Amino acid sequence: MSRFVWPLVGFIVLVGFLAFGLTLKPSEVPSPFINKPAPSFTLPQLASPEETFSPEAMKGKVWLLNVWASWCYACLEEHPVITALAKTHTVPIVGLNYKDVRGEAISWLERHGNGYVLSVSDTQGRVGIDYGVYGVPETFVIDKAGLIRYKHIGPVTDSAVRDTLLPLIRELEQ
Amino acid sequence: MKHWWLTLLCAVIALPSWANSGATEKRMLDIAAELRCLVCQNESIAASRADLAVDLRQQIREQIQAGKSDAEIRTYMVDRYGDFVLYRTPLKATTLLLWFGPMLLLAFGLLVLATTLRRRKSSMADALLSDDERKRAQALLAQTTDTGT
Amino acid sequence: MIAELGHFSLILTLFVALAQGCLALVGAARGNAVWIAFARPAARAQFLLIIVSFATLAWSFIVKDFSVTYVAQNSNSQLPLLYRIAAVWGGHEGSLLLWLLMQTGWAYAVSVFSKQLPDAMVARVLGVLGLVTAGFLLFVLLTSNPFERLVPAPIEGMDLNPLLQDIGLIFHPPLLYMGYVGFSVAFAFAIAALLAGQLDSTWARWSRPWATAAWLFLTLGIALGSWWAYYELGWGGWWFWDPVENSSFIPWLVGTALIHSLAVTEKRASFKNWTVLLAISTFSLSLLGAFLVRSGVLTSVHAFATDPRRGVFILMLFTVVVGSSLFLFALRAPKVGMGGRFELISRESLLLVNNVLLAVAAGAVILGTLYPLFIDALGLGKLSVGPPYFNAVFIPLMVPALLLMAVGPVANWKSAKISALMKHLHVPAVVALVIGVGAPFMLGRWSALVALGLALATWIATAVVKGIVDRMRATRTGLRAQPRSWLGMHLAHLGIAVFVAGVTLVMGYETEQDVRMTPGSTVSTGGYDLKFLGVNKAQGPNYIAEIGDIELSRDGRILRRLHPEKRSYLSSQMPMTEAAIDANGLRHVYVALGEPLADGAWSVRVYYKPFVDWIWIGCILMALGGLLAISDRRYRLKRRERKAALVTGGATA
Repeated sequence: MSRFVWPLVGFIVLVGFLAFGLTLKPSEVPSPFINKPAPSFTLPQLASPEETFSPEAMKGKVWLLNVWASWCYACLEEHPVITALAKTHTVPIVGLNYKDVRGEAISWLERHGNGYVLSVSDTQGRVGIDYGVYGVPETFVIDKAGLIRYKHIGPVTDSAVRDTLLPLIRELEQ
Repeated sequence: MKHWWLTLLCAVIALPSWANSGATEKRMLDIAAELRCLVCQNESIAASRADLAVDLRQQIREQIQAGKSDAEIRTYMVDRYGDFVLYRTPLKATTLLLWFGPMLLLAFGLLVLATTLRRRKSSMADALLSDDERKRAQALLAQTTDTGT
Repeated sequence: MIAELGHFSLILTLFVALAQGCLALVGAARGNAVWIAFARPAARAQFLLIIVSFATLAWSFIVKDFSVTYVAQNSNSQLPLLYRIAAVWGGHEGSLLLWLLMQTGWAYAVSVFSKQLPDAMVARVLGVLGLVTAGFLLFVLLTSNPFERLVPAPIEGMDLNPLLQDIGLIFHPPLLYMGYVGFSVAFAFAIAALLAGQLDSTWARWSRPWATAAWLFLTLGIALGSWWAYYELGWGGWWFWDPVENSSFIPWLVGTALIHSLAVTEKRASFKNWTVLLAISTFSLSLLGAFLVRSGVLTSVHAFATDPRRGVFILMLFTVVVGSSLFLFALRAPKVGMGGRFELISRESLLLVNNVLLAVAAGAVILGTLYPLFIDALGLGKLSVGPPYFNAVFIPLMVPALLLMAVGPVANWKSAKISALMKHLHVPAVVALVIGVGAPFMLGRWSALVALGLALATWIATAVVKGIVDRMRATRTGLRAQPRSWLGMHLAHLGIAVFVAGVTLVMGYETEQDVRMTPGSTVSTGGYDLKFLGVNKAQGPNYIAEIGDIELSRDGRILRRLHPEKRSYLSSQMPMTEAAIDANGLRHVYVALGEPLADGAWSVRVYYKPFVDWIWIGCILMALGGLLAISDRRYRLKRRERKAALVTGGATA
């Protein structure tokens, strides 16, 4: 009896893993930057390209970096949520306009609302690569010391704001 | 295709590469073939046509021209995208079972086979024929041949 | 109305299947002849009912009934008729209906081609198949009903995924499913034998043709999938170790082990438990494959749209079917007797080494495919396992198996002498060494891997030819007089040799170039010249195409024009590449359009692929070998005897 039970035992272990696997999200690539310094950059601002912005300017504050583009359908979905969050003045949100055309980006913000403190133009996507961006939209939570504490992949939803982002932001503010 | 001009933009960015030597191109493709495209996750960056893959191929080209080694370029990618981007799974503590598993499984399988065969032989030894029966059996067998199919 | 008829038919089938499952199995256990007799007609009834169901869905597609959700999701008014019909199995729900069609079809075949088996055995086999069918029917009816209505009905459908609008779609899933589902017959035979407590060589003899039949369909299905990916996806690859591909390959590896193991059990009544375990495993792995593809647990370009609820149901189905089988195995296996003895060097032991190698190979592929899931589930991070791993692990396992492939057929059953083996094999060894070492020089570049691959392929092929010639001489008969199952074995092994040669030569000598071409420019590959003449726009039935015009020539002589395309399908925004291939059996010249660049230039990918067709020709030979084997006289003899018995004695079947 003993030897012949092993296939059944192995099978049960396998099923256990598969069942747990149903709760996971295999295509989401976690960020290797969690708890590491946000990569530095200097990019022109979207509204006024003569001025630049660097993440160092936000040191001492908890802030969000939201990657968006006018050609991105899912960004349109999350934009009301982002704008609503911005209106509560809980945390400044900086937009990273990813691989976009300036004119299109500006008119997109005019059409759909602009809750960003400012947006920067990453026309070639180089900064995106430095941040490990592989799809749009993505949102990073960066703390007062300039470390990335969380990366949200995909559109930010109301429940994500309520259950994940706001508690984390409150924690980091202390 | 989202906007044709975006593709054009990317292609124009990539354009200078075609003016480069074939050796750079080949090295770029070799490195890119071992990196996973994160958008179409079952293609390599060399094969994928996704925008991000085009961008990353360009990054690799630039790094090659800047004189970086293959290992440095791979580290660059892993720093930004994690181990997931390596198509060739790295050998780490967590992947020991993966890389050595098949070998262990083979050793185990052959061991089980050898033990089972030996056990059969010894248990079969009890079921041998008596001398008389064996003579009869041999006589019968001599009349036919086993060609086997 | 028609769709509701189809839906109703499915519900009816469920009742028949459940009834069959219960009555046949209980009846066989109790020896109740009336209940046992229910099995065969019930199998036929299920098949007919599913045909009705399938036909109604096909009809809904043909008449463009977009009020049926599934039709609206997978077709539109501009989709050509042929693809509208093939779209029946283009999405998740419809593909399950195809699975059910195959499942009931195989059960029907068993009910027809089993007149020489005892009725109680047949009842058990059909009963098990009925229960499996019932499981799938519940899955369809509860989570994946293709007949759901969309209210209000849309005017236009969403269109079939452009990747699937291709002749490959028409044949790949049906062939693949014939294989996957076909192994449920060997599975049912194994369960039936365990239930009856009757596990002997006759069981192996009955199971063998069914296992071989399923195997040959699976071989064709996988080969077709590989060929389709090659010309459809536009970058010349033919195998990617993608999780969905692996899901079909794993049952194939274990199925191959099964047909070899059945040979041992049939001939010598040995290793019955192992063969039963293989029979259970092959179908279980088909179910695992179905789970992996449809549950969203692994990412893949092939995967169907995922829904966790479906994942949960398939997992439950998988757990129940396989768990109960393995439990039954644990209970009954210890009671099974030993079988014939054999020496350490004998055909039996060589076949068992083959089994170990194939099983370990299957295990390695399973390990690689599921490893990301294991690591993620344990919270140890995310990593990916790709072709570098699979190639590194799989190829070394196959080398000894390929070596043994020539040795097995010349080894005697029970006990083989090494000197006799060497006598048979020294010609193949010499030829293999000569070609292995010499051919790469002639082909341009010497490489150890190419030499190894060619040596192995020649080793097998020469051994096959020599084996056939030797036997023809020894028995002084022609080719057609040889036993078909024996010829089938050799043909299948020859197919593998051709396959290995193709893979070796393609991987050793293929070239790829990604170039920017302006009208008038040329690029050279493999001795051919390709001149880019420009790109023209054209309109297809449901797409707009940009068609490249490329002139293929050799040594200044123009051979033909090639027309790679880039299509934009009107309904979806996905651009599709249609590669242009010039094939002559010995090489492919493969051209695909990349992106448009400035000044009318285009990036173009050009491949030279020597002997790539041999990959799929090898697979076809393997399948033909299987077909030959199942048409062996000994399976048909029984029916002639039965006919004779009917004429003389009037005995009932």
